[in-house]
Amino acid sequence: MKAARALFARELSLAWGGGGGPLLACGFLLCLTAILPLAAGGDPRVLAPAASGASWMALALASLLSLERMFERDLEDGALDLLATGPLPLEAVVGIKALAQWLAAGLPLAVAAPVAALALGQPPELIGLTGASAALGGLGFAFTGALGAALALGARRGGLLIAVVVLPLFIPPVVFGAGALTRAASGQSPASALALLGAYVLFALVIAPVAGAAAVRNAQG
Amino acid sequence: MLTRLDIKALSLSRGERRLFNGLSFCLSAGEAAALTGANGAGKTSLLRAVAGFIRPDAGTIVFHGPEGVMEAETARRSALHLLGHHEGLKPQRTARQELGFQIEWLGGSAEAMDAAVARLKLAPLLDLETRKLSAGQRRRLSLARLVAAPRALWLLDEPLAPLDEVWRSVAAELMAEHLAGGGMVLAAVHDPLPVAARSLDLGGVR
Repeated sequence: MKAARALFARELSLAWGGGGGPLLACGFLLCLTAILPLAAGGDPRVLAPAASGASWMALALASLLSLERMFERDLEDGALDLLATGPLPLEAVVGIKALAQWLAAGLPLAVAAPVAALALGQPPELIGLTGASAALGGLGFAFTGALGAALALGARRGGLLIAVVVLPLFIPPVVFGAGALTRAASGQSPASALALLGAYVLFALVIAPVAGAAAVRNAQG
Repeated sequence: MLTRLDIKALSLSRGERRLFNGLSFCLSAGEAAALTGANGAGKTSLLRAVAGFIRPDAGTIVFHGPEGVMEAETARRSALHLLGHHEGLKPQRTARQELGFQIEWLGGSAEAMDAAVARLKLAPLLDLETRKLSAGQRRRLSLARLVAAPRALWLLDEPLAPLDEVWRSVAAELMAEHLAGGGMVLAAVHDPLPVAARSLDLGGVR
């Protein structure tokens, strides 16, 4: 337990330290949002229906930003060897890293996403649902992202590879998350879409640590 | 507590190239072995195989505790230190943060960390970011990690290379104390180890 806490604290300090990672991700998300009206025109009749979808797409892209940091640097500087000889199995290490990623990137993005959606003309009463679904989806992004980052370990230009591996896996949460908001906007219950989003997150929580740990072991050999 | 490392008929490859065949040796509590061999003979790979990072082509690596054979996974998580070419230090964090994390992660206590810091005279370095440390200073941080988190088997990859004379002799004292306390040292070296050690030559093309 003490070791798990130490690792979690280290991961958070690495995510926040230096370049201020979470702020960077939020800035990126807001920039993407600002580009859409410039590209599609400022007409609210065009922007408002796309607000939920556009903010979820920006959320998925912004979630990619810090994934390279998760394992690649630890492999390069030997810290991954240290993590592998610690008291916790690698599966737990991957899980803790993904949780820290969620806390450091997913939750700040879940605060920024409603702002982006609101700016694009989403009805204000959906702010709470947008934030909550983004926080839930962010947990899925963090875990599938960790899996992708582990799979891309050791490959040259791994950062680009991560994006290509992970973005297809980010499609379901975008569909369910944006779907929930669209349903809520048209007065229907978003519960079914949120349930599917939750199922995706649970699936990622179970699969990513196991598969990610296998990928890390393979990269260390 | 690990008391014996038993390697039988071990064969290792890197990629397509066979490094060595049929290597057997045994290391008991209080013993040190110096691995020698040409560059590329497989010294580092052998250390990484013992640490569980490389799967051998053939042969076995068995860890023994006082109650018989220990599960390899348990031994690797609780009874060995691997000190390689890379210290695993994050450049943007301070030496205190990194050493503190490493020791806590590997099961050492805060008191043990203070003792190790005093022993290796690291106090003036602790508030520096690790990217500002020299190779020798980084190695001293790693030695502090070995001392503060007590684990029986030390796998060392050229442990003395970046150290100056003074710190080499301190490292020798630390190794001697570790061995006297029932520990084991398996070190890949080019110069002789400063403690009494069996020699284990992997050969290779010189």
